[in-house]
Amino acid sequence: MATLRELAKKELALSPGHRACAGCGFPTIIKQVALASDAPLVVGCATGCMEVTTTVYPYTAWKTPFIHNAFENSAATVSGVEAAYTALKRRGKIAKDQKINFVAFGGDGGTYDIGFQSLSGAMERGHDMVYVCYDNQAYMNTGIQRSSATPKGANTTTTPVGAVVKTGKRQSKKDLTEVMVAHGIPYVAQASPFFWNDLNSKAKKAFDVEGPAFLCVIQPCVLGWKYDASDSMKLAKLAVDTCFWPLYEVENGVYKITYMPKEKLPVTEFLKAQGRFQHLFRPENAELLKEIQADIDYKWNRLLKLSGE
Amino acid sequence: MTKMIGMTGNEAVAEAMRQINPDVVAAYPITPQTEIVQIYSSFVSNGQVDTEMVTVESEHSAMSATVGASSAGARAMTATSANGLALMWEIVYICASMRLPVVMPVVNRALSGPINIHNDHSDTMGARDSGWIQIFSENAQEAYDNTVMATRISENKNVLLPTMVMMDGFIISHAMEAMTTLPDDVVKKFVGNYKPENPLLDIANPVTIGPLDLFDWYFEHKRQQAQVMIDAKSTILKVSREFGKISGRNYGLFEEYMLDDAEIAIIVIGSTAGTAKKVIKDLRANGIKAGMLKIRVFRPFPATEIVKAIKGAKAIAVMDKSDSYDAVGGPVYKDVRSAMYGKRGGKIVNYIYGLGGRDVTEQNIHSVFEDLKTIADTGKVANQVTYLGVRE
Repeated sequence: MATLRELAKKELALSPGHRACAGCGFPTIIKQVALASDAPLVVGCATGCMEVTTTVYPYTAWKTPFIHNAFENSAATVSGVEAAYTALKRRGKIAKDQKINFVAFGGDGGTYDIGFQSLSGAMERGHDMVYVCYDNQAYMNTGIQRSSATPKGANTTTTPVGAVVKTGKRQSKKDLTEVMVAHGIPYVAQASPFFWNDLNSKAKKAFDVEGPAFLCVIQPCVLGWKYDASDSMKLAKLAVDTCFWPLYEVENGVYKITYMPKEKLPVTEFLKAQGRFQHLFRPENAELLKEIQADIDYKWNRLLKLSGE
Repeated sequence: MTKMIGMTGNEAVAEAMRQINPDVVAAYPITPQTEIVQIYSSFVSNGQVDTEMVTVESEHSAMSATVGASSAGARAMTATSANGLALMWEIVYICASMRLPVVMPVVNRALSGPINIHNDHSDTMGARDSGWIQIFSENAQEAYDNTVMATRISENKNVLLPTMVMMDGFIISHAMEAMTTLPDDVVKKFVGNYKPENPLLDIANPVTIGPLDLFDWYFEHKRQQAQVMIDAKSTILKVSREFGKISGRNYGLFEEYMLDDAEIAIIVIGSTAGTAKKVIKDLRANGIKAGMLKIRVFRPFPATEIVKAIKGAKAIAVMDKSDSYDAVGGPVYKDVRSAMYGKRGGKIVNYIYGLGGRDVTEQNIHSVFEDLKTIADTGKVANQVTYLGVRE
């Protein structure tokens, strides 16, 4: 594992001056992931917050080669880039010893939903690439609409808390990390930007394995989750300490919890810190709140079993 | 030297692709294009090419991966038909606006719905405003020749636009024809070594590709895109001339058949031209001055050149193997009519025919010329748009 001192010496892939919101989680995620690459990095990215805030023509915040194609095809696009690298290397147009790492980024919309097929195809084909989902749990770029990554009970602009429907989103979040585990790829992990060393180590493993790797990284969103911009990292930690977002990895099919909370906090600690869940604390939603806790307990216990804990 | 062989259209295109041996092919099978993907896969498996083949899970990903590969600096190709092209749609436009010299054979098939696997031009006609160069082929020979030429046209520094090479599904793609291929080394030399501009994989000179481009620059970029399409005609002709030197087969933007002194003329695209030539021969034998213009390059549209070529005709019929469903007429008809505006008089009518693979017979073409003769003689048009060979 790299030390902070070592990491601080490395050049950042993303320069300051990009237009992401104050307190936004994804620039931190990008930097932590990119810092883990020992080889030059080529970045692909889905349409979304990350793309529109870092590449407003004629400016770019990227110091590495960067490609954006469309919303739903970050994985397929980077798979084509990786195929080109393989072909050009074979034909001597790229030096044989020239290692390049490939990473595709997408938000939860571009990954769980509209880009799901593209991701699944690229992972199944076995391209040597890393896919990183920055999961902020709704379509934040278009103004906080629900996605299949939106957790149960969240108030979004397409699951608004109203006079009749008082619950917010009724459905549970899709467990994409497990879906990616089912692809049988060499490395899958879930991470949080608060745990920088954990994320950095996972990104390094993801780059180092031969073949595809997938990282799902929770990303607090100031506007969508509705909290003070200074609290992003606090929420990135609370998500983990409540087991709402367990940190674990699955390496060649073997599960490992990479951070065990000393004390598993009730999920309400995570929920009450965010505006999107405030309605859950009204009396009429008491049962829903219990249901949310029960869901988390069930999944956490399942993960403990899978990890042999 | 060149050799005469029997090949289907799909085999001919796959053979051209083998000789081009692109760095990357990313493709998804769809009837009637499927054989191209199958044959190319066997070339890879048998070591006849060293292409990196990406067997994607959809046409959307086929075009996405092709765009990725081409942006990376690879010579990249794909191929599709109908619904596959429709699924690619969004990325088809992005490919052109990124100015990527991708070559894509498209085996023309009727676009759903209702679902149908046979030939018409509704798939690529829908993509006529996508910013791609579009070259149609009458037969397997032309499909082969156009595929080889497309690589040179697209990669020309004054063009840098993607090209679709079309042939009619089944009629051309699956029918065996006697044709000629060029020796491997001749094609290799003709297409040359691809040198990409500002590739993504030039890690010493990082570029950002596909940025957000708002109201202060988008229009300038689209204007440049429009200009290269205007300018592309001269490169297409130049490449065609050079191809003529190695093959003995000379191509223009379109083919004129007995058009010089024609009083009545039809404008067609694709395999129907073969049937039309036979009909025109028969009419000429009976002293009727009939002629044909077969459009090869549909985008960029050779508007002034077509008007010049049909100068003498009193009545012209444009044959459209697709409809626009706009209560006006087919796409080729509207382009030709618009080209004629203010440049010449004469009557122009439209025939929409062959949808969903409905066979077009000599009798059908004869009936068109009979109508044209009446129009030329009387100066009166009974029907501006006629649906030909359909039960009504």
